[in-house]
Amino acid sequence: MTLVQNDETATLPTLTPQEIQRYSRHLIMPEVGTLGQQKLKAAKVLMVGTGGLGSPLGMYLAAAGVGTMGLVEFDTVEESNLHRQLLYGLADVGRPKIEAAMERLNVVNPHVNLIPHPVRLESSNALDIFKDYDLVVDGTDNFPTRYLVNDACVLLGKPNVYGSIFRFEGQASVFWAEKGPCYRCLFPEPPPPGLVPSCAEGGVLGVLPGIIGSLQANEVIKLIIGQGEPLIGRLVLFDALRMKFRELKLRRNPECPVCSENATQTELIDYEQFCGFTPEEESLGDDIDITATETQELIDGGTKVTILDVRNPPEYEICRIEGSVLIPLPELQDRLGELDPRDFYVVHCHHGPRSTRAVSMLRDVGFAKTKNLAGGIDAWSLEVDPDVPRY
Amino acid sequence: MTISIQIPTPLRGFTGDNGEVSVEGSTVGEALQGLIAKHSALAPHLYGDDGKLRSFVNVFLNDEDVRYMEKEDTPVKEGDSLSIIPSIAGGGGAR
Repeated sequence: MTLVQNDETATLPTLTPQEIQRYSRHLIMPEVGTLGQQKLKAAKVLMVGTGGLGSPLGMYLAAAGVGTMGLVEFDTVEESNLHRQLLYGLADVGRPKIEAAMERLNVVNPHVNLIPHPVRLESSNALDIFKDYDLVVDGTDNFPTRYLVNDACVLLGKPNVYGSIFRFEGQASVFWAEKGPCYRCLFPEPPPPGLVPSCAEGGVLGVLPGIIGSLQANEVIKLIIGQGEPLIGRLVLFDALRMKFRELKLRRNPECPVCSENATQTELIDYEQFCGFTPEEESLGDDIDITATETQELIDGGTKVTILDVRNPPEYEICRIEGSVLIPLPELQDRLGELDPRDFYVVHCHHGPRSTRAVSMLRDVGFAKTKNLAGGIDAWSLEVDPDVPRY
Repeated sequence: MTISIQIPTPLRGFTGDNGEVSVEGSTVGEALQGLIAKHSALAPHLYGDDGKLRSFVNVFLNDEDVRYMEKEDTPVKEGDSLSIIPSIAGGGGAR
């Protein structure tokens, strides 16, 4: 057990008069009280990711008086982050997120000791970073890091406060192998790359991470002060469109490769590989890619090229390449009859991952003259036609 | 008997954007087959080439994981709700 025990309360830090004033609405509730606030002050919480989930999480935890907060983040602020990542403003675009986040959180509460970890979390550094914290909050955005966070928490016996979002749907739970199931008990293996779109491909409602990240902050505070019923062994599902919360029971998998008694994995592994990502996955090779400029040159030279757009209809509404044919990737298999294997197709999506999969699928069924537009419609906008808006 | 299957957002592209599909069946397996009969494009996402449910597909009958019941042989009754629970990884961090 890493969190504060009752017999350790004598060593808890005292609250200054200023802190007593600041946290008075906590202090007058018996469930928190002075003791709970002291536990918050003593607590060390690591946030992995300071994006959509990390924004409300970070601000609520800092405001609530968590004494030490570590931040793991290596990204920079982009304009498309701002519809949901409330830690950042327009003036922060282009800055390292961790720098802007530290500034903002310091404004929220200067009493918090903020520790930056401006690195990409990897198997080589995760245990070293995690070991100094009482609990870890998972606000990452990809499967390899989620499995890494889980496994590192299991190995170190730390709670992993989990939240995940997609479009209008969110999930939250507390995975803590000492007391219940871990993430791997629920999801033993990741889906193959490409099956589940990322938020960049599928979109996300801006307010959704605000709701799920706040649920995570609530669980963190409960774990620290030792009150209420933690979300251990339960998965909360939230559907923002239907405005429904559901709860599922989670069980420990007696065969879990990391947290069971018969664990077969006792150290961190290569999570990119575990999740099926190989360097070739990003691009099937030079012969499959074609640049936007090369495509335009072929068209200008009179070659008959059909531009196939495999994005979703709302993206097609935002912008399109003139004369392109839209068949969203999920429908491609069923709509092959609309295409002619003898034709020359240049397939594109937003940045390239979906069209790469589409080209792979098309070539498998005999569309030999099919190429992938490297960098997607974004590259088209940059290289060929600046009138195509970027998003 | 008729039961409803809750389709998660990532798979709704294969069910004509339906979040809920009603099917007939007396076991979890029959209900899932009924779902595939209606929406064949879902098949490769639920079942592997060996005809078994893929390991990353979580199916819950009401609030219980069928892996800890009788898996696909778990009996269902009128009015039960079957949910496919997806792995989603978004944290709102990526572009």
